[in-house]
Amino acid sequence: MSLNKHEMAALVARDIEPGSFVNLGIGQPTLVADHLPADAGIVLHTENGMLNMGPAAVGDQIDPDLTNAGKVPVTELPGSAYFHHADSFAMMRGGHLDVCVLGAFQVSAAGDLANWHTGEPDAIPAVGGAMDLAAGAKSVYVMMTLFTKDGTPKLVPECTYPLTGLRCISRVYTDLATFLITDEGVVVRETFGITVEELSSRLEVPLRQAQPA
Amino acid sequence: MTAKICDSTAEAVAGIRDGSTVLIGGFGMAGMPVELIDALIEQGATDLTVVSNNAGNGDTGLAALLAKGRVRKMICSFPRQADSWVFDGLYRAGKIELEVVPQGNLAERMRAAGAGIGAFYCPTGVGTPLAEGKETRVIDGRTYVLEFPIKGDVALIGAYRSDRMGNLVYRKTARNFGPVMATAGSLVIAQVHEVVETGTLDPEVVVTPSIYVDRVVAA
Repeated sequence: MSLNKHEMAALVARDIEPGSFVNLGIGQPTLVADHLPADAGIVLHTENGMLNMGPAAVGDQIDPDLTNAGKVPVTELPGSAYFHHADSFAMMRGGHLDVCVLGAFQVSAAGDLANWHTGEPDAIPAVGGAMDLAAGAKSVYVMMTLFTKDGTPKLVPECTYPLTGLRCISRVYTDLATFLITDEGVVVRETFGITVEELSSRLEVPLRQAQPA
Repeated sequence: MTAKICDSTAEAVAGIRDGSTVLIGGFGMAGMPVELIDALIEQGATDLTVVSNNAGNGDTGLAALLAKGRVRKMICSFPRQADSWVFDGLYRAGKIELEVVPQGNLAERMRAAGAGIGAFYCPTGVGTPLAEGKETRVIDGRTYVLEFPIKGDVALIGAYRSDRMGNLVYRKTARNFGPVMATAGSLVIAQVHEVVETGTLDPEVVVTPSIYVDRVVAA
């Protein structure tokens, strides 16, 4: 069976080392937070200026001065810290952020990322912090469906959408398989309800199967 | 000179000229100096270039300034949002220019302006459309893009408290761009929830020292 977005989020969460500093992108990657073990000491960063962000705020907790990067009201945890935007992005570029999880329109076999702009003439471009995260975090993972609704692959030989970053993605978590982007090419780590042969027939990217550990 | 404590938002925004570059704080509505923007609308300055993370939410604050047709150009990281209908309409009608800047570059370019840095090499955006035509340089095997400062004629920021000298503290994630914009504007105007007596703010927690702040108004 293919994975739903919650199962994908759980897979990503399982691979995040205890004690990591992590930024979760807007949209589906936010779900990863629900699957992080409470005792793992993982600290969430939100680029609008906070470390150790807590869960979404409800009811009386809602405070317009305390939001995440998606402008959703959130909460503090013990040990939270606030800082301004230049510091927040210096943290990324300076190599202090261990992991970032982003959504994507396309990822190339070389790990190029396209996730900010469709390039269509009437689309209003909006990049936010995606390029900064792609260039700055030590490890950048993508979480996405492997195909668009009309069946077009999103793991591609070369991105056709405008790029967010070059050779920045090391892992791609999808509903059908998890891929490692390596110097030797794209490696299929595990599959869900599909065989590597079927994947190979539907993707234009050469795939290698991970050797059993 | 330390900050002037203004009696009204009208006094706080007096003298802003047509054609100014105005840095406007806030991330969405958190930290957005809505009352100062309302006063700027009343004051009437037009043909403005506005630098802000977003391009207005809903119909208030920056969105209201845009709706009045006062802004010639928007420099921001993320204009398109669920509630950015004012900007979207102007952009699609060709009535406003847009420069999209990665969020961290927006912050760092203003930081550079406030810190007297002539330009800086940054890894963000290498190989993307936002770096096209920009000078690049390989340093220790990595490619960087040359980015230039963004300086404001005016900065409008929201803070939590000010003392009577203009030392500012912020509240939670409403801090966002305020401290950086305070360094990068020639005329820095802060809207605060309250003005307290000088000496009552713990000097250890002041985020924006008074040297950067020109006018303060409680609103």
